[in-house]
Amino acid sequence: MQELIVILIDGLVFSSYLFMVSVGLTVIFGVMKILNVAHGSFYAFGAYMSATLIGAYYNTDLPEFGGFLAIFVAAIIVGVFLGIVLERGLLRFLYHRDEHIIVLATFAMFLVLEDVLLMIWGTDPYYAYEPMALLGAVDIVELTFDVYSLTLIGLAVIVGLGLWLGLTKTKWGKLLLAVIFDREISQAMGINVTVVFTVTFVVGAIMGALGGAYIAPTISVSPGIGVEVIILSFAVVVIGGMGSIPGAMIGSLLVGISRAAAVHKFPEIELFVIYAIMALVLAIRPEGLFAPAKARKI
Amino acid sequence: MRYVDKTVVGLSIAFVVLVFADFFMADWMRFIGLQSLARGAVALGLLVLWRTGLVSFGHALYFGFGAYAAAMLTLIGFHDAFFLVFAGTLAAGILAYLLGFLLRRYRAIFFALLNLAFSMILYGVIVKTEELGSTDGFSVLTPTFLGYAPKGEAVQTTLFLFTLVFTYIVTVGVHLYLKTTLGGMSMAVRENEIRVEYLGYSAEKVIHVKYVFSGLVAGFGGAIMALAIGQVDPDSMANWTVSGEFVFITILSGIGNVAATFIGALVFELIRTYAFEYAPQFWQFILGGSLLAIIMFLPDGIWSLFSRLRGSGKAPTP
Repeated sequence: MQELIVILIDGLVFSSYLFMVSVGLTVIFGVMKILNVAHGSFYAFGAYMSATLIGAYYNTDLPEFGGFLAIFVAAIIVGVFLGIVLERGLLRFLYHRDEHIIVLATFAMFLVLEDVLLMIWGTDPYYAYEPMALLGAVDIVELTFDVYSLTLIGLAVIVGLGLWLGLTKTKWGKLLLAVIFDREISQAMGINVTVVFTVTFVVGAIMGALGGAYIAPTISVSPGIGVEVIILSFAVVVIGGMGSIPGAMIGSLLVGISRAAAVHKFPEIELFVIYAIMALVLAIRPEGLFAPAKARKI
Repeated sequence: MRYVDKTVVGLSIAFVVLVFADFFMADWMRFIGLQSLARGAVALGLLVLWRTGLVSFGHALYFGFGAYAAAMLTLIGFHDAFFLVFAGTLAAGILAYLLGFLLRRYRAIFFALLNLAFSMILYGVIVKTEELGSTDGFSVLTPTFLGYAPKGEAVQTTLFLFTLVFTYIVTVGVHLYLKTTLGGMSMAVRENEIRVEYLGYSAEKVIHVKYVFSGLVAGFGGAIMALAIGQVDPDSMANWTVSGEFVFITILSGIGNVAATFIGALVFELIRTYAFEYAPQFWQFILGGSLLAIIMFLPDGIWSLFSRLRGSGKAPTP
């Protein structure tokens, strides 16, 4: 029983983390049909920026809880800056090309950004544990969990709800849904697809950066943290169905809880259980669990 | 006048030149050459798939599988290069044949990602297997060649010659295959699968054959790589970044001609080696930058430079 609860809590925390890093990817794919490898860079830049800002903030005498603000500020700075630079500076020249080429272009961007990261922050790890220390720990069924990790679950719920409400209840969301459904017709109806694309990419980038920024206090922020994230978020997004936000949620839960179970029960399969699920889901439902139905174009 | 296949002639000349050069080359050149041939072989498999309109983001699976198959055989006492490379190639081919039944149903990004998923499973298995050295891998002893056991510098010379011969055979084979009906089906499947089906061919079978083929050559490349470096490890053999590099080489080369893949692989290897040597902090920057430059300014790869020089002014139609 105790083990079950531990698996559940660990799984939920990990799921929330996965949701945070993959929801941006799925939004970008849904609207733009671009599988963005550079998403890992958003995550890494977000984490570094957050660690830096948190460090700077706690060197001042401002109230302690303000450190949390630094996390969100970091995500927005990174997302807006990188999002605009990548979309306006590179991707817009490639929209007419093959989807594989675009994936590879984002892979190239990822390689470039990995080294840019080193140029800015160097190779030494950064620690920004203050927000985590501030919230302390809590005992659940005689086991200690740190509160900060648990707040991740809340954040994921808020982000998920926010995106869902934004998509279904606002004018902007409806424009976006129209573009997702049919790009050409929306353009013909007078929707400015160029602007929609830029905004979507920036929002996706902010999500990716927020994932990194929020996780930064719990890890040592060091080079190479983006590499694993890309592949994890790919798995989540593919399982849930590319472009579907509920899909990303279910995908994260499935992957998160099965990994937590694997870690506690069969540690030797921990690394590939995620990809095994991904392969299994693809084998049964190639488009993912929640992919919208598509007409076959001849 | 009899029809002369320029590509076969070109490949043969290059082959002969390289065989002679083998005896004069400096060690580092031979090392780069070996790596280019190994990676070029994988790119050759990707080229065949690409012509069918499919891109795999997971061919490190077959590369790594071939490499580890060959390397594991050395652990139980087999050291003959012919046997090791044959076994590595075959092992990867069998794996591709089995997975092919599933993968041949997939197209576009789903094909790419399912490949990726399988390659990451292999990566996970290797990393978690202590007996195979986990993330460190293990070293591969110097191979023998049908009883001949070279020492010192002769090892690399012989291995290079060995690799050259087989790569030559494979490359000419692929080139000739692409001209057969089945090879020509590639373009047809890419352009319109439904029409192919109406004409009485099975698009899935065409794809399966090509998939197995790409697995075989990737396994070949992997086995060669294992012998060339004398070491196997998951991060440089089976991780997803390795698959990315293979696709990189394919884009760099263009799919116009089989010979291009080896030129592309060589260019890739040179960029990487020199970037790493002169700017170890920025080698990924340089690599990514060159990839971007190719995508933006040379969309049909290096091969299109040759056709531009010839003055045709348009992308090669294979």
